Amino acid sequence: MHPFIYHRPANVNDAVTLAAKGPDHKLLAGGQSLVQAMKLRLSSPSDVIDLGSIKDLSGIKASGSEVTIGAMTRHAEVEKSPEVRKAIPALAALAGQIGDRQVRAMGTLGGALANNDPAADYPAAVLGLGATIVTNKRRIPADEFFKGLFETALAQGELITSVVFPVPKRAAYTKFKNQASRFAIVGVFVAESSSGVRVAVTGAGPCVFRQKDMEKALAAKFSPESVAGVKQAASGLNSDLHAGAEYRAHLVTVMAKRAVENALK
Amino acid sequence: MNAPLIGARIPRKEDYRFLTGAGRYTDDVTLPHQTHAVFVRSPHAHAKIKSINSSRAKSAPGVLAVYTGDDIAAAKLGGLPCGWLITDVNGQPMKEPPYPVLAQGKVRFSGERVAVVVAETLDQAHDAAELVEVNYEVLPAVVDAVKALAKGAPALHEVAPDNTCYVWALGDKSAVDAAFAKAAHVTKLEFVNNRLIPNAIEPRAANGSYSRADDSYTLYVASQNPHVERLLMTAFVMGLPEHKVRVVAGDVGGGFGSKIYLYAEDVVVTWASKQLNRPVKWTADRSESYLSDAHGRDHTTTAELALDKDGKFLAMRVKTAANVGAYLSTFASCVPTILYATLLAGQYTTPVIHCEVTAVFTNTSPVDAYRGAGRPEATYVVERLVETAARELKIDAAEIRRRNFIRSFPYQTPVALLYDTGNYDATLDAATKMADVAGFAARKAEAAKRGKLRGLGYACYIEACGIAPSAVAGSLGARAGLFEAGEIRVHPTGSVTVFTGSHSHGQGHETSFAQVVADRLGLPIDSVDIVHGDTSKILFGMGTYGSRSIAVGGTAIVKALDKIVAKGKKIAAHLLEAAEADIEYDRGVFTVKGTDKKKMFGEVSFAAYVPHNYPHDKLEPGLNENAFYDPTNFTFPAGSYVCEVEVDPETGVVRIERWIAVDDFGKIINPMIVDGQVHGGLAQGIGQALTENCHYDASGQLVTGSFMDYSIPRATDVPMFEVDTRETPCTHNPLGVKGCGEAGAIGAPAALMNAITDAIGAKDLPMPATPQTVWRAIQNEKAA
Ligand SMILES: Cc1cc2nc3c(=O)[nH]c(=O)nc-3n(C[C@H](O)[C@H](O)[C@H](O)COP(=O)(O)OP(=O)(O)OC[C@H]3O[C@@H](n4cnc5c(N)ncnc54)[C@H](O)[C@@H]3O)c2cc1C
Repeated sequence: MHPFIYHRPANVNDAVTLAAKGPDHKLLAGGQSLVQAMKLRLSSPSDVIDLGSIKDLSGIKASGSEVTIGAMTRHAEVEKSPEVRKAIPALAALAGQIGDRQVRAMGTLGGALANNDPAADYPAAVLGLGATIVTNKRRIPADEFFKGLFETALAQGELITSVVFPVPKRAAYTKFKNQASRFAIVGVFVAESSSGVRVAVTGAGPCVFRQKDMEKALAAKFSPESVAGVKQAASGLNSDLHAGAEYRAHLVTVMAKRAVENALK
Repeated sequence: MNAPLIGARIPRKEDYRFLTGAGRYTDDVTLPHQTHAVFVRSPHAHAKIKSINSSRAKSAPGVLAVYTGDDIAAAKLGGLPCGWLITDVNGQPMKEPPYPVLAQGKVRFSGERVAVVVAETLDQAHDAAELVEVNYEVLPAVVDAVKALAKGAPALHEVAPDNTCYVWALGDKSAVDAAFAKAAHVTKLEFVNNRLIPNAIEPRAANGSYSRADDSYTLYVASQNPHVERLLMTAFVMGLPEHKVRVVAGDVGGGFGSKIYLYAEDVVVTWASKQLNRPVKWTADRSESYLSDAHGRDHTTTAELALDKDGKFLAMRVKTAANVGAYLSTFASCVPTILYATLLAGQYTTPVIHCEVTAVFTNTSPVDAYRGAGRPEATYVVERLVETAARELKIDAAEIRRRNFIRSFPYQTPVALLYDTGNYDATLDAATKMADVAGFAARKAEAAKRGKLRGLGYACYIEACGIAPSAVAGSLGARAGLFEAGEIRVHPTGSVTVFTGSHSHGQGHETSFAQVVADRLGLPIDSVDIVHGDTSKILFGMGTYGSRSIAVGGTAIVKALDKIVAKGKKIAAHLLEAAEADIEYDRGVFTVKGTDKKKMFGEVSFAAYVPHNYPHDKLEPGLNENAFYDPTNFTFPAGSYVCEVEVDPETGVVRIERWIAVDDFGKIINPMIVDGQVHGGLAQGIGQALTENCHYDASGQLVTGSFMDYSIPRATDVPMFEVDTRETPCTHNPLGVKGCGEAGAIGAPAALMNAITDAIGAKDLPMPATPQTVWRAIQNEKAA
């Protein structure tokens, strides 16, 4: 790790002011992605701005139709939250499948979204539920947030404060794990709500995406059979040592079918 | 007298220390004036070093020195030696290219050490290492053994322009060819035994220090055999007298073979400590270990089995290209030969066997012994062939094995080994019963209803352990002896310290060996401590590998115990005023035959050290004996594994439903420790078959460079193991023990791959059977 200056601001304003100073100034949430990159000397920020002291950034609030989760809320808190388990059990279950206990105890929702790893789990829930990402400046609909490989709509120095999840009628997330890293090779989040059906796929491509053919099929009839025959094209999907594009495409269908089965349970 | 300790499930004495963080590993050793080393490693698999500029690094804060290959050459340090000379089919010695401790003009694998930076702190050393500028001319690389043998492949070494280290063969080729010519059936398989990366919890570490006062060195190192390390380093590399070098391998967090060898880092920190007159410490991080530890396996094999119409094995023919990596590691040459081809008889009476092995240099990390070392590869050949033959001939897989079992002992195999004893029916019968093989068809049908494919597979393995009779090893090319040493030091008040040349790095010697000693001396186990891992304390030792500790190291201790008891009898005879011939000894009590006159062990030891009433004219005071033991044969643990799997045809995911392991390790000292060794071995074998694969891309970059991509099995990947044992005591050591450390890793891959291929109806499948691999095979079967 290269040396850096450590800041621990007490409020969002101070954090944003520091972060606006340039790309060398990095926000630090759970550190489960950032610190790793720093340890490997792949990332060498001049300044690290720890969000850990900003109380307003964490916590879970549920109303009848929405669940709002602060950016600094740890994966483990979402996993165990009675509110989340009641309103959106699929979201709590997803959080419980991220990494291992140690990672879940530290990693945060905001960090995961800002990082937008192509194999991360949360992006599937955010996109699948049509959530809204709230920053210090604006509200960004999920459909406009995820831009590409490790790329989001966040501007330099923009800070995620919370995420608002609409409560669906039913939802489920099915993850096919990479044997080594346990990140998603393919993860499919399906949700049915009053505004329709959404199917979000993570892991398979360079960035989380919606599977519109499946959404259409499920809108007609929300049943596993509806998606069982819907094929995902392999072109453009990721291909690596663990899974080629063709296998990933096949898994998208299988995971979608199983997610629908689980949503109906 | 205490209850018998041999055979008791005694909790491990060492666990308190390990579980409470009181272990003392190499990285825990910080010496006064400690400095830290970071190695600059080649990012290229094959390149000429045109120049190295270390001036910026040398002037970086805290830097004490930067050494390159030139400094090593100027100091006239030798290269790393190979401990086993293989003679090829033409009677020529194997090619032994120099293996410099820091690269000399050329690098041959990515991760090879090019320079070392020593600084006051580890961070400073890391920072400065980034400033060492190396100008490379990248050369074409080759990572695959078969490709490296092709015409026009990039050549690694001048002494081996065709990348061939040796072509070696064992067995009667013409007899084998003749048997194949008249066989009713031939089963043939071609496969790769996948390359593995060892994963000890503790990465390698070394801390060298030099004492100007007496011109001596101390090396703290994570090693499985400190004396061998010292011998190789002093005699072959540094040209130092052994008495000036102490090697300490205290607590070592696992080895699995990877810490047998003398590594360049160990030499460099030791040498540098004298240059700087300060101790120099290096600890690998995980990815650095992945690049620079010796890897395991990596065979490409064609194997054939000839059978008559009744399924009797007539002959076996095996041809293997063994990837030895860029340089010969310490025991690299004997693993795919002496420890491989000799095991190809398995548990069977196959009358003639021929095996040809070509050892090949490639631009990859050196390959050497890894848990099982050659024997897992051999078992995989035999047991995949046997199971496949059974399927092709429509003979039950257990039945075909029974038709070919060796049943009369001693048995001379056609591949050099002489099995002393065994009972293969006993383990197979027990395993099939425990596995409820009879109920398998019903379970398969039930699984099919749920859309799952269920399969059953066997492996009946044998291994040669307790390596070895030194004379035999020597005649086969070993450049060292393979005995073991032990010393029993009885203290005046009757407690005992035992010094053993066997090293414990997870095996539980401190408990098992203490059980042997405490049982014989009638002492509570807490009165016996085992000391290992320090050349200044231990007489000598050849170390721990090849499941040799209890069979060879344990026997050395028993021989020393014999001497203790013999001397004790003389002392007791004097104290009891009886004739020595009338003294009987049993577990701590000396009695005069036919009387109730007795002396306890503690009384005798006290007399030995407070010799007021003592036969000074006949006997020296004190009670301290040592023994060296050189075995007369290998030991031959064997067993039967049955594995049942369920495959999800939609995803290719394999779930192991049941695992039955019935092993014959001869006599067992501590069944709990043995269970643990079997569980660990099985998990590693399952890892090889299901998840683990060391992968270099064509340019020689290690793709599986961390846990992100290299997958060792987790708890959820393995089932609850159902283990049992059968016992045929080893005939040539006093404890009747055979060794158990590697069995699981040897037998598991074949059993698992047999089960998966059974489930999906494929003849063969590459390891590891990852979901994608299995899914693709299912698609191929569907298409066919
Ligand atoms: C062993 C391991 C296994 C893992 N497995 C999984 C897995 O299975 N699935 C999965 O999805 N993830 C996994 N992760 C990643 C984990 O979920 C991370 O916690 C997450 O990706 C990043 O969150 P963090 O809070 O740790 O962010 P940090 O590492 O602190 O930050 C990540 C990035 O986000 C930025 N950032 C952080 N907070 C904010 C904010 N509020 N606003 C704007 N930018 C911000 C930082 O500047 C940085 O660039 C794993 C990580 C590890 C170490």
